[in-house]
Amino acid sequence: MEANYVLKMSNISKEYFGNKVLKDAQLKVKPGEIHALMGENGAGKSTLMNILFGMPVIHSTGGFEGTIEFDGKEVNIDNPQKAMELGIGMVHQEFMLIPGFTVVENIKLGREITNPTIASSLFGPSMEKLDKPAMAADARKALDTIGLNIGEQEMVGGMPVGYMQFIEIAREIDKTGMKLLIFDEPTAVLTETEAQRLLETMQLIASKGIAIVFITHRIDEVIQVTNSMTILRDGYFVDYLETKDTTAAKIAGLMVGREVEKLVDDVEDDSRSIKEDNVMLRLKDYYVDMPGEKVNGVNLEVRRGEILGIGGLAGQGKVGIPNGILGLYKSEGTVEFEGEVIDTTKLGAALMKHIAFVSEDRRGVGLLLEESIQNNITFTAMQIDNKFLKKFGPIRLFDEKAARAHAEDMIKQLDIRCTGPDQYAGRLSGGNQQKVCLARAITMNPKLLIVSEPTRGIDIGAKKLVLELLAKMNREQGMTIIMVSSELNELRSLCDRIAIVSDGKLTGIFPPDASDEEYGMAMSGVKEGGKE
Amino acid sequence: MEKFKKIIDAIGIPRLIVSCFFLAIVITAYVNGIDVKSYFSSTLKYWGMWGVLVLAMVPTIKCGIGPNFGVSLGIVCGLLGTLLSIEFEVMQRVDAILPGFGAWGAFAFAVIVSIVCAWFVGIGYGKVLNLVKGSEMTVTTYIGYSIIYLMCILWFRAPFSSGEIIWPLGGVGVRNSVAMEGSFGYLLTEALGFEIAGIYIPTGIILFVLACCLVVHFYFKSKTGLAIAAVGSNPTFARASGIDVDKMRVKGVAMSTILGAIGIVVYTQAFGYLQAYTAPLSMGFICVASILIGGATTGKASIIHVIIGTFLYQGLIIFTPPVSNHLLAGTDISDTMRQIIQNGVILYALVKTKGGTE
Amino acid sequence: MNTKKTNALDNLKRIIFENKVIFMFVILCLACIIIADTSVAYIVGEVFTRFGRNTCLVLALIIPCFAGLGMNFGIVVGAIAAQVSVFWIVHWGFTGITGMLLCVLMSTPIAIFFGWLLGLLYNKTKGAEMIAGLVLGFFADGVYRLYTLYIIGGVIPFDDPNLLDRGFGLRNAFDLTGNLKYSIDDISFLTVCIILGAIMIVMGLVNMLHNKKVGTQTNGKKNLTNMVMGAVLVAFGFAGRMIPMVNLLFGGTRLIFTDVALFGGIALVVFAVVKIIVKRKKGETGIGSMIALAIGGIALTAGTGIGPVRDIYQSIKISACTYGIIVLFCMFNNWMTNTRLGQNMRTVGQSRAVATSAGINVDKTRIIATCISTVLAAWGQLVFLQNLGTFNTVQQQTNVGLYAIAAILVGGATVQKASNKHAVIGVILFHTLFVVAPLAATKIVGDSAISEYIRMFISYGVIAVSLAMHAWKTAGGPKDKGKVEPDAKHKAVAMPAGNAKV
Repeated sequence: MEANYVLKMSNISKEYFGNKVLKDAQLKVKPGEIHALMGENGAGKSTLMNILFGMPVIHSTGGFEGTIEFDGKEVNIDNPQKAMELGIGMVHQEFMLIPGFTVVENIKLGREITNPTIASSLFGPSMEKLDKPAMAADARKALDTIGLNIGEQEMVGGMPVGYMQFIEIAREIDKTGMKLLIFDEPTAVLTETEAQRLLETMQLIASKGIAIVFITHRIDEVIQVTNSMTILRDGYFVDYLETKDTTAAKIAGLMVGREVEKLVDDVEDDSRSIKEDNVMLRLKDYYVDMPGEKVNGVNLEVRRGEILGIGGLAGQGKVGIPNGILGLYKSEGTVEFEGEVIDTTKLGAALMKHIAFVSEDRRGVGLLLEESIQNNITFTAMQIDNKFLKKFGPIRLFDEKAARAHAEDMIKQLDIRCTGPDQYAGRLSGGNQQKVCLARAITMNPKLLIVSEPTRGIDIGAKKLVLELLAKMNREQGMTIIMVSSELNELRSLCDRIAIVSDGKLTGIFPPDASDEEYGMAMSGVKEGGKE
Repeated sequence: MEKFKKIIDAIGIPRLIVSCFFLAIVITAYVNGIDVKSYFSSTLKYWGMWGVLVLAMVPTIKCGIGPNFGVSLGIVCGLLGTLLSIEFEVMQRVDAILPGFGAWGAFAFAVIVSIVCAWFVGIGYGKVLNLVKGSEMTVTTYIGYSIIYLMCILWFRAPFSSGEIIWPLGGVGVRNSVAMEGSFGYLLTEALGFEIAGIYIPTGIILFVLACCLVVHFYFKSKTGLAIAAVGSNPTFARASGIDVDKMRVKGVAMSTILGAIGIVVYTQAFGYLQAYTAPLSMGFICVASILIGGATTGKASIIHVIIGTFLYQGLIIFTPPVSNHLLAGTDISDTMRQIIQNGVILYALVKTKGGTE
Repeated sequence: MNTKKTNALDNLKRIIFENKVIFMFVILCLACIIIADTSVAYIVGEVFTRFGRNTCLVLALIIPCFAGLGMNFGIVVGAIAAQVSVFWIVHWGFTGITGMLLCVLMSTPIAIFFGWLLGLLYNKTKGAEMIAGLVLGFFADGVYRLYTLYIIGGVIPFDDPNLLDRGFGLRNAFDLTGNLKYSIDDISFLTVCIILGAIMIVMGLVNMLHNKKVGTQTNGKKNLTNMVMGAVLVAFGFAGRMIPMVNLLFGGTRLIFTDVALFGGIALVVFAVVKIIVKRKKGETGIGSMIALAIGGIALTAGTGIGPVRDIYQSIKISACTYGIIVLFCMFNNWMTNTRLGQNMRTVGQSRAVATSAGINVDKTRIIATCISTVLAAWGQLVFLQNLGTFNTVQQQTNVGLYAIAAILVGGATVQKASNKHAVIGVILFHTLFVVAPLAATKIVGDSAISEYIRMFISYGVIAVSLAMHAWKTAGGPKDKGKVEPDAKHKAVAMPAGNAKV
């Protein structure tokens, strides 16, 4: 007998500019159940949800293939309003709340209860008068349903994050005819007790017949509350599981597992000798306050001559580590480089010690888009090391000639495809921009090179070139490299050791050939202690 | 068609319209038998008068603050320097030691005092602007206005004693317009000046403005200058290269204030009278409009924009009155035109910058 | 006991801190008054006149502030709309209240059109509305000057020797004496009562019909009371004209404050007492404010009997209709916040992203807010001009935005938050300063020329400081030098006692 599903999405495929992000994905949810949607970053979860919501981003990029059945009927959802009318709601990850409004105003935002007046008969419904008591009563009811004991007339601003999440939920509950509610990583910003409360609330909502799609990467929570789950990987549908029939390890393996492709050919022979006690960089009890990428107490040692990978899901804090070292975000704890403590509160202190950094935000942090390649490559070295300057009496001016020679040399060495050193960096392709960033870092003659997401947003050919370049610098010049990346595969193909960060903490350091299960568990925050 | 659009984009719509307009007016003037040569001479003189003031826009645009509507702060420093130079009778004193160089001494004294004063003011002003990142243009405009009126109160009661400065009826305070003849009036305008084909070339002032431009140009080729430009073009990039963004912005503002101060000294000597009080009120807007007409945007500016923009703006101001007088029988429409063009250009620039980001 | 005392002190401190701008200006005004050493009656009388003249313009700033546009420097274009209509109406020969109503009719569509253009500009300069509004003000100024000086009579054929200067271009000073001057101010209190009462009755009737048609039963009782009150007002208006005594007191073009204080005070006391009795009957608490009201009423009335106070009272002449219009403007602003549109404006003002996600058309809402503001500004400028009687044809509008914005900021408004209260307090303080600063300056310096500078410095200074404070807050505010917050997750947040049952 065919089970009864409230939502059935089948054979969903979606392309963004020729890049397939979903391939024959499917999702089935029964009424009143909690269904987990799991996968790494880039597995296609958000694209799938955007399709379900009829977001403009889907339809402005050519729509999608496949069918959506809601409540047994095939539906065509081409705008968010339609999704809302059908009874699909979403609790956003970043709160859609207005701090300067009361709880009532937030819950009833855009759906205010109004009474007609003469003015509204003349000038249209926007002149209708608000019925504040009715709005308050509705809001109270919604708050009571999820058991949140706060005054409905209080201001939202200044409330703890946990409350805000619940107010968002109350808003969705308050909508009439709600049949399916999507929770997008709802526990990510909550304390442990709050998260527990949230899970209970989800069960309560489900018990009233509203189906829930729970997007998360926390396996323990999935085991605790869900009935079933769908796992996506690289846009493919991997498996549909009943929660009672599975284990945490199995889920972790399914999320991560894939063939390790050789991204780098072992052309260079490895003549390095990396010693465990020859520590180049040591982080002790290290915290970084980077919004969205917080680091909460990491202890890590980087050995001279190695390539250390730092992996983990987006938003878990791996990117915060290098940004803190460079002093771009406030950090705490000790950073020791070659036995000396770096004062991370002083901008440029790490650069002075010849630690170079290639940022994950290429266009935002890594480049002067409106400046020439030449200026981009030479800028940092000029500022930090006084390179490319020549003396004119008491003043030192930029040495255009030397800079040009160096830029041309770099263009040749790294094979940057451009019209010449004068071309604006903003006009280059992603891969070539990344090479300019690398060239800028190399120009500083770094002892330690930190590259963050070096292959993000560049095509496969350029990817290979960049990774090979990193390997070459490591093998030939003995440069120590820290590589931060969301792509585990890439880390496994290049690094000597891979540290996994979850929830701002180190959950393990693994050799590249550790099992998928081990990586999966570490990435979802299940601690097993660092082992190698 | 594409190519055509590209060319227009490269020139910039305000620059295109204003140049066409300017050209049309010059041709009209010529056709109607107006003495184009003498007006052209005036244009050159006014170009020199305003050049340094407009140049003061470059550092703030380069460091990412946008055009300095608050250049009035520099202007009042320059006025103070000039007044002190008159008050202490620097010209007479220098003349007594080095006959013939009195005016130069007075000018140098005024410039140096202005620079020192503007440096301090500029640093404080830059620190304030660091607190209001993102709304610099709005805040600078009003700071500029309030400072002018604050200075009005001070000028009114300032304890000057020189007979050249105080009100004719005696007492204290600065009079409405102080004649510069007893000091360095017309010094640069007349230095090395010569006439060629009926056009008077004020060589001294032109050389002075070009020298200032050159200094600014080389400053932005130095380590600090490049750092300032990097801060303006991408502050996070600058931070990642170990540059203290706030410090560089303060330097840019201080430099702009200093240029504003020198600018008003140059202006005053060419004008022949020092006007304290509310005369400098609209100077900030004129400078901003000039550089924008020259092709700058609120985020990008260069020396060449200053040179072209000042010429076009001043040329327009000088050529319009005789032409409108001639065509419209005794009316002077030029001030109204100036107001519309000046503010229209600024509005266009605002829409251009903000329109793209949203 | 002790704790209560410290609490009261803390409260006082907080109140002073929250209203620091107001307190600062109160002190400044008092200092100037003391230095100036002029008759208080003169100052008070002058301030009341200026209050009637300027408040409407200031009230036009409140709606765009809701919608997140900040201080609308663009109200200059509203003032231009008013001036354009004024000289056409005067040219066509209309006078008095008819002329004024025609001015309103003519300026409204012009103001809506200007407001729409202004709104488009604001939408293209999001985040820089204030500087854009300011520059647009100057720009519009230029266009308007072109219009008055060169187009009228130059391009548009126009022949009116009374208005023209030299064949074309309007005269610099525009005299309204004999046509529009005091056309609103001169309407007597009794007439206002009749008009207001008639409006209330008509509104009540329409409301009743409307309710019947739509089928809502809400406010039925309130409606009836309103109609009865309207009838009473009309009756009072007509009866008052018959009774010489009442006609003498309330039938003139101005109300003398002595009479207002006497009758108003008594009315307040009666109102308060009735309220207290009603509340007692219902067993409600919170009669403190009513007692305060009653005491205020008594004080007001008592003032008429005290010599010096009575002198001050006598010097205040209030124009009933103008003040009535101010009240209507305030009521409109309040009513607006209680509509769906008003709520949308507030949402847009707080967060454009959230507003979009809630299905609100952000750009349209902002344009509507700008239009409303421009129309109110046009009407406000009409009130202003008819009171002034003669105005500078070319430049009258130039500083409209400056003075209005400075006033509301002095009243304690900020760029994000402005209310009727701020407008009213601000106008009183700002214009008190306008009146007394020159007097004080003359006393100190012996020359009043400096006072103009002081005025302008205060106007611009207030705006500069207030904008800087706003920008400072939005740019991240004071940098906290505290420790790194490890993570929100590790700060235990006590959840409220929930009663969710699973």
